[in-house]
Amino acid sequence: MSAKLLDIRDLVVEFRTEAGLLRAVKGVDLSIAAGETLALVGESGSGKSVTSLSTMRLIPEGVGRIAGGEILFRGRDGTVRDLVHLPGREMAGIRGSEIAMVFQEPMTSLNPAHRIGAQIAEAARLHEGLGRKAARARAVEMLKLVDIPEPERRAEAYPHQLSGGMRQRVMIAIALVCNPTLLIADEPTTALDSTVQLQILVLLRRLQDELGMAILFITHNLGVVAEIADRVAVMYGGRIVEDAPMAEILTAPRHPYTRGLLASVPRTDHAARAAGRRDRLQAIPGSMVDPLKPPPGCDFAPRCAWAQEACTAAVPVLEGVASGHHARCRRWREIV
Amino acid sequence: MSLSFLIRRLLGAIPLLFGISLVLFTIIHLAPGGPLDVYADNPSVSAEALDQIRARYGLDDPVPIQYVKWLSAMVVGDWGLSIRTGRPVLDEIVLRLGPTLLLGGISMALAFCLALPLGVISAARRGSRLDEAVTLGAFAGISLPVFWSALLLQLIFSIWLGWLPSAGMKSVGDGSLSDRLLHLIMPVTVLSLATIASWSRYIRSGMIDVLGQDYIRTAYAKGRRETAVIALHALRNAMIPAVTVIAIDFVTIISGAVITETVFAWPGIGRLFIESMNGRDYPMLMGLMMMGSVGVVLANIIADLAYAALDPRIRHG
Repeated sequence: MSAKLLDIRDLVVEFRTEAGLLRAVKGVDLSIAAGETLALVGESGSGKSVTSLSTMRLIPEGVGRIAGGEILFRGRDGTVRDLVHLPGREMAGIRGSEIAMVFQEPMTSLNPAHRIGAQIAEAARLHEGLGRKAARARAVEMLKLVDIPEPERRAEAYPHQLSGGMRQRVMIAIALVCNPTLLIADEPTTALDSTVQLQILVLLRRLQDELGMAILFITHNLGVVAEIADRVAVMYGGRIVEDAPMAEILTAPRHPYTRGLLASVPRTDHAARAAGRRDRLQAIPGSMVDPLKPPPGCDFAPRCAWAQEACTAAVPVLEGVASGHHARCRRWREIV
Repeated sequence: MSLSFLIRRLLGAIPLLFGISLVLFTIIHLAPGGPLDVYADNPSVSAEALDQIRARYGLDDPVPIQYVKWLSAMVVGDWGLSIRTGRPVLDEIVLRLGPTLLLGGISMALAFCLALPLGVISAARRGSRLDEAVTLGAFAGISLPVFWSALLLQLIFSIWLGWLPSAGMKSVGDGSLSDRLLHLIMPVTVLSLATIASWSRYIRSGMIDVLGQDYIRTAYAKGRRETAVIALHALRNAMIPAVTVIAIDFVTIISGAVITETVFAWPGIGRLFIESMNGRDYPMLMGLMMMGSVGVVLANIIADLAYAALDPRIRHG
C-alpha cells in the first residue's frame, strides 16, 4: 500500500437545527490508502453518512457546515489538497472525476427525465470533454462493465424502466465513468433485496480488482463488511469507537458497541462461523444518542453492559490495541 | 402516450362539450331579462314590432326547442346572428379575437419570461432576502384587484404624468407601431402582473420540491455546478406541476380579460362579452362561452401532452 489517498483529520461537522446546534461529527480521523477498502460502520445517526458527504463537500450549505479539521486528498497529479478549504470550482472538478459517490437510494437517485446512457456519460462529458458520440460509446461500455444485459438498448431506457438492482448498477456506472481513485459507497445495498445485495457487493469487488480504486464503504450492516472490506472503522455518536483490519473486527472486537453490532447481525458466512457465533441474535438495548443532548463521558455508556462510573467522567481516548487496531473504551483490555 | 390516446381524448371532449353547452344555455336563459328589454322603454318601438322581432329570432319558442335549434345550427358551423348588432356571431368574434390575442399573447409571453427566472431564483435562494422580496411581490400581485391596479396606472401615467394613452388600441388618426406599443404598455402590465405573481409561485414550489430530490445530489456528485444542475436536471422536472396552471391561465386570458379590456377600452373578446351580457345577446354569449369551453378542454389535452413530453414515466406508463 502506498501513501494515504484520503486522510481525514479531526473532522467536525455541525448542523443548525431548530432545537439548536447539532454536532454530527465530533473529531473523526480516517485514512484510506490507494486501492484499499475501508468500511465505515454505524447505526443511523452515528455520523457515517455525514462524514462521507463532507468528503464530497455535499453537506447542504446553510444547514450544515464543516466546523473543523482537514480532509487531505491526494490527486491524480500527486498533489495533496485540503478539500475543506478548496474553492467550489476546484471541488466540482474533483467530484465525479477523482472522487465519486454511489448513494443509498437507487430508486430516486437517477433523474427520471433523462435516458440512462446520457446520465452515465454526463460526468465524462463534463470532466473529459467527450463528444456526443464518444459519450454514447462510453455509456454502453460502462453498462457492459457493470453487467447490464443488452447495454445498447438499456442506454436508451429511462430509469423507471429498470429494477432497483439495475438502477444501482447504473449508479455505479455513473460513479466509475471517469475512473475515480476513490469511490464512496453510502449504503449502496441497503435498499435492495438480499440476493441483489450480494450481486452488487460481488460487482464492486470485481470492479475494484479491475480498476484499482479505493472504496469508502458506508454501512450499518457488519454482515456486508465481511464481503468487501480490508479495514473497518466503527462510528458511534459522531466518533470513531474502534478501527481495525476486517478479520480482527470480526474475531476480536474490543469495543462493547462493536460486539453489540456483531451480535445483532444475522450471519451465515464463514467469518461468523470462524468467530464461533451460533447463538441467538441480540439487540443492543436502548437507542442512539440524542445528538442534541449527548451523555457525559462515553457516548455509549448508557447502553453499555460494561459501563462503570468512570466511563461517564470523560470521553475515552482512542487507544492502540494492536498494530492497526484502536478502540475508544476504558475497559478494552478486559473485553476479549 | 400515443396518437390513439390523443384521438380518445378528443372524442371524449365531445360529450363533455355537449354537457357544457346545455348548462350554459340553461343558465343564460335563467338570468332575468331578455335581449329585447332595451326596446321596452323606447316609445318608437311598438309592442307588435317587439312580438315580430321575438318571433323572428325564435325567442317565443320554449327554451328546449330554442336549444335544439341553436345546437343543430352550431354543429354545422352556423353560430347565429347577434341580436344586438344583427351581424353573424362568428364574424363579430373573429373581429375581436385579434386584439385579444395580441394583448393576451404578449402578456402571457412576458409573464412566462419573468415568472420562470423569478420562481427559479427564489427557489434556489430560499429564505434569502431576494426570495422574501419576490414572495412579497407575488402576494401583492395576486392580492391586488385588477380593476384597482388598472385605474391606479391610468391615474399615474395618463392623468398625472401624461406619458401613456389611457385607453384604446391606437390613437384616432394614428396607428403607427410606436403608437400601438404605447397603448399596449398599461394593459399588458396589468394583465401580466397577476399572472407573473401566480406562475412564479407555482414554479418556485415545483423547483423547491425538485431541488430536494436525490437525483439533484447525484448531479452535484458528478461535478455539476449549481447553474448547470438547475438548467439540466431540475428545471424540466420542476415545470411539470406548473404546466396545467399555465395552460389553463393561457386560455382564460385568450378568451378575454374582461376587466382589463373594459378598463382600458380594449376592443377584444372580454369587452364583447360584457357588452353582450348587458344586452342579453343569447347567440353571442353562447358563441363566446362555447369558444372558451373548447379552449379549456383543448388546454387540458395540451397540458397532458406537455406532461408526456416532459416526463418519460407518463409517456411510457
